[in-house]
Amino acid sequence: MKKHTLSTRIWHWLNLVCVAILFMSGLNISNGHRRLYWGDWGFAPEHAWLEVPRFPGWMTIPDYYSLAQARDWHNLTAWPFALGLLFMWGAMLANRHFKRDLVTSREEWRWSAIKDDVIEHLKLNFEHGDGKYNFLQKLAYGLVLGVFLPMMVFTGMAMSPGIEPAMPWLVDILGGRQSARSLHFIFAFLTFGFFVVHIALVLLSGPAAQIYDMITGGVLDEPDPETPQESEGETT
Amino acid sequence: MTGSIKRRGVLAGMGALFVGACSRIADTGAGSSLLSAAEDWHRKVHRLLASREALAPEFAKADISPFFRGNGSQTVDTEAYRASEANGFADWRLEVRGLVDTPLSLSMENIRRLPQRTQITRHDCVEGWSAIGEWTGPQLSTLLDAAGVREEAKFIVFHCADNLNGQDYYESVDMIDAYHAQTIIAHMLNGEPLPARNGAPLRMRIERQLGYKHAKYLTAIEAVANLEGIGEGKGGYWEDRAGYQWYAGI
Repeated sequence: MKKHTLSTRIWHWLNLVCVAILFMSGLNISNGHRRLYWGDWGFAPEHAWLEVPRFPGWMTIPDYYSLAQARDWHNLTAWPFALGLLFMWGAMLANRHFKRDLVTSREEWRWSAIKDDVIEHLKLNFEHGDGKYNFLQKLAYGLVLGVFLPMMVFTGMAMSPGIEPAMPWLVDILGGRQSARSLHFIFAFLTFGFFVVHIALVLLSGPAAQIYDMITGGVLDEPDPETPQESEGETT
Repeated sequence: MTGSIKRRGVLAGMGALFVGACSRIADTGAGSSLLSAAEDWHRKVHRLLASREALAPEFAKADISPFFRGNGSQTVDTEAYRASEANGFADWRLEVRGLVDTPLSLSMENIRRLPQRTQITRHDCVEGWSAIGEWTGPQLSTLLDAAGVREEAKFIVFHCADNLNGQDYYESVDMIDAYHAQTIIAHMLNGEPLPARNGAPLRMRIERQLGYKHAKYLTAIEAVANLEGIGEGKGGYWEDRAGYQWYAGI
């Protein structure tokens, strides 16, 4: 059996390109107005909860300040990003990747289990027993796929004055348009934070093999049938 | 220390490579037409999701921002405008012309006597900020119906008195937004005549699009079949000047 299915691999690389373009064009858009507010409105320094730094050209698309061109890139890439995420969710539910590999069990949420997992990570020991992912991986991938990336789509849509007449409730539940804009920024940086940790862990756990597997699919290590499976759950 | 500088250098180099590739894509014909096609997809989906009549949210008086920021032109820098402003815009005329049966020329008094709509709406600037204000004025549809817009007209163009960086400001919308209930010609903000920074004496409100569509210092409304002959042909000042999206609902 392959370690990564074809749908996962296609989405992974498509999503990487989309997130890179969206993030870098987003930094250019941020330079257009570098203050963030809560609620429906805000325009002056005294309304702001955060003043964002100006992002230099090497971080942005295009590499000079152009709100119009950055918006073009952002609004084009939003399509493959959002539709790709929808595709990944459909594929994950259909091929049971979500249920098999990402859903956590109650035991995994025990403090002692989490502590052990954190300690093993800090020791850079990525060997884990049965199951494809350990708890921290499940949590990270679950948050990215289930919260961070969908929130990028929803907060982005909530900022569109042309979407709002169709779904005013979306803007309301996010706390107003300026709150949606602030949340868009926060989730963008949470996603970026995931990206940094993800790259670091790939580098620490044998980057060549990891990248090769995410391209070709790799081979899943089958659990050894000789060793009896340990189970601690309520199986009586 | 040197390690971190080197890493930053590598990161910057990768960023620059990626950005460079993006610029090259944007410069190709296919790349730039893809970028503008995306604008059309958004417009079509917005129109599919919301009915033609769907309204932008309206707010309560308590939600009004204490001050309404002015952006772009803050006034019109001509003798004629200053003179007109000094006498309360008594001599200001708004023309309705182009592909209409009966061209009109309206005074401020004519405009104030038309049926009025008052709406408290949020103004969203393309830069990212928002402000809430209460706007009052006749619906654009009232003027268009009075003038009798011809079948072949596909766009409504708004001509303005202000000249920004050497080019006259103008904007345009299609017939769906032109006849939308909240598309009004505002002459009042928060119960007072419009301040100069917000477009005195008349400005458009196009509530389902971003701020640059809401033309200020309005002098004429023109019905046209296409946008080619106007300005540089892209349908608006910022569209011509810097490549901003004509459909500003995103």
